[in-house]
Amino acid sequence: MPDMIPAIPFVVLAVATLLGAAMVVLSDNVVHAAFWVLEVMIGIAGLYMLLSAGYLALVQIVVYAGAVSVLLLFTIMLTLRSREDAVRSLDLSWTAGVIALAVLAAAAMVVVSLEPVAERPPLVTPGIAEFGRLLFTRWALPFEIASVVLLVALVGAVWWAGSDER
Amino acid sequence: MNVGPVAFMGLAALLFCIGLFGALSKKSAVMVLMCLELMTNAVNLNLIAISRFVTPVSMTGQFAAAFIMVVAAAEIGLGLALVLALYKARNTVELDRIDRLRG
Repeated sequence: MPDMIPAIPFVVLAVATLLGAAMVVLSDNVVHAAFWVLEVMIGIAGLYMLLSAGYLALVQIVVYAGAVSVLLLFTIMLTLRSREDAVRSLDLSWTAGVIALAVLAAAAMVVVSLEPVAERPPLVTPGIAEFGRLLFTRWALPFEIASVVLLVALVGAVWWAGSDER
Repeated sequence: MNVGPVAFMGLAALLFCIGLFGALSKKSAVMVLMCLELMTNAVNLNLIAISRFVTPVSMTGQFAAAFIMVVAAAEIGLGLALVLALYKARNTVELDRIDRLRG
């Protein structure tokens, strides 16, 4: 991998991601918003590729663009009585806007005040093989705990959404 | 032309705040969950970008992001199951109408 992140793909992906995120908030149709979430996830996967995090880009596509979007669309489908229910008012509130802007200002101040780290990313970037080796050696315990978390979430989701007679 | 870490951090901050705005203002439970996903993705983007610039060999941020993805997947799964259960019990996903605990 080269020791630089080119600007043009970054700007294209950043604009696509931010536009998609804005459309999630600004679209008045829940189904359209779910598809904009899908677009944002794909844009972020592209940004991960730019950062030479190939494995996470793959996981992002499979988990978020694949599983989570389908799950969102299924839930929307199951909780709508008719096609017209998908269209709703925009629900934009001033309070939420003020809070979000305050958080943005605080984040901007922190980013500006940071010590400058390396402007150029280092040349060496380990590949997927090294990622896997570290995952099963140094990060083996968190990996196992993550599997338990997923199992508990699976059982819990079935328990909550499942049987009618309770 | 190349891009430094500050550009990624700024992008992540913007994405996080768009998600925060949506999560606080939307009145449909499914929309709130979508906006929460935007927020966790902003955090992951930040972790991976800083990991690329600061710890490129040990990839600490990438592992943190991978485990956050696990937790976020569990969260969205349970959240949507909860929305379905609420819909069964109350026949609505509007957060304004789930007010049984209101005094």
